[in-house]
Amino acid sequence: MDIRVTAEAFDFAAEAQGFSGRLEASGAVVTFSGIVRDNADGTLERMEIEHYPGMTEKALAGIAEQACGRWALEDVLVIHRHGAMRVGETIMMVATASRHRKDAFEAAEFLMDYLKSRAPFWKKEVTSGEGGAWVDAREVDEEALGRWLE
Amino acid sequence: MDVLYFAWVRERIGLPRERVETKAATVMELVAELKAREPRYAAAFADISALRVALDQELSDFDAPLDGVREVAFFPPMTGG
Repeated sequence: MDIRVTAEAFDFAAEAQGFSGRLEASGAVVTFSGIVRDNADGTLERMEIEHYPGMTEKALAGIAEQACGRWALEDVLVIHRHGAMRVGETIMMVATASRHRKDAFEAAEFLMDYLKSRAPFWKKEVTSGEGGAWVDAREVDEEALGRWLE
Repeated sequence: MDVLYFAWVRERIGLPRERVETKAATVMELVAELKAREPRYAAAFADISALRVALDQELSDFDAPLDGVREVAFFPPMTGG
């Protein structure tokens, strides 16, 4: 299990390749990456992500451990950035590896659903000429957790 | 105990963390004490349903006891990913 919280940019392709290269028993790898997208007006200057040092790492590790308890995973990788990022930059990624694809797909979705609403990150969109606006949590993200509770 | 604020809660109160001496038994009692301090606290805590709380870096709720807790954090719903 590899959990990283960092202000530095990272190379998604290199991380995905490194993750796959370390595996021994897996036939399936699922990766997801989240990227800063522009707003509807095309005026996003940057995204600023604040986090809660200490709790963030614990929350991510806890979510990854839950995934490992629930699906047969050989390995899990979570990288999440904080600080300022421009449109097109990679914010975060998860990778999961399992013998067969179903476990890797489901575990990756579970990780994403949980880290969106349960890992202490807060996004702020800064547009040209304005101070910035905190991104509101979406109800659909909270609802997405429901399906894992059954 | 240490009280931490994040995102717009931090901005509204105007500081990221502070040391608070309190005899509050629950999170709700601590919130009531903070709200009584100054308008900026009252504004930040006006709508509790818009806030989340963590006790010693674990998500918790507002009726949780503060017994033995060293770090309380208030913040809006999280927006990771």
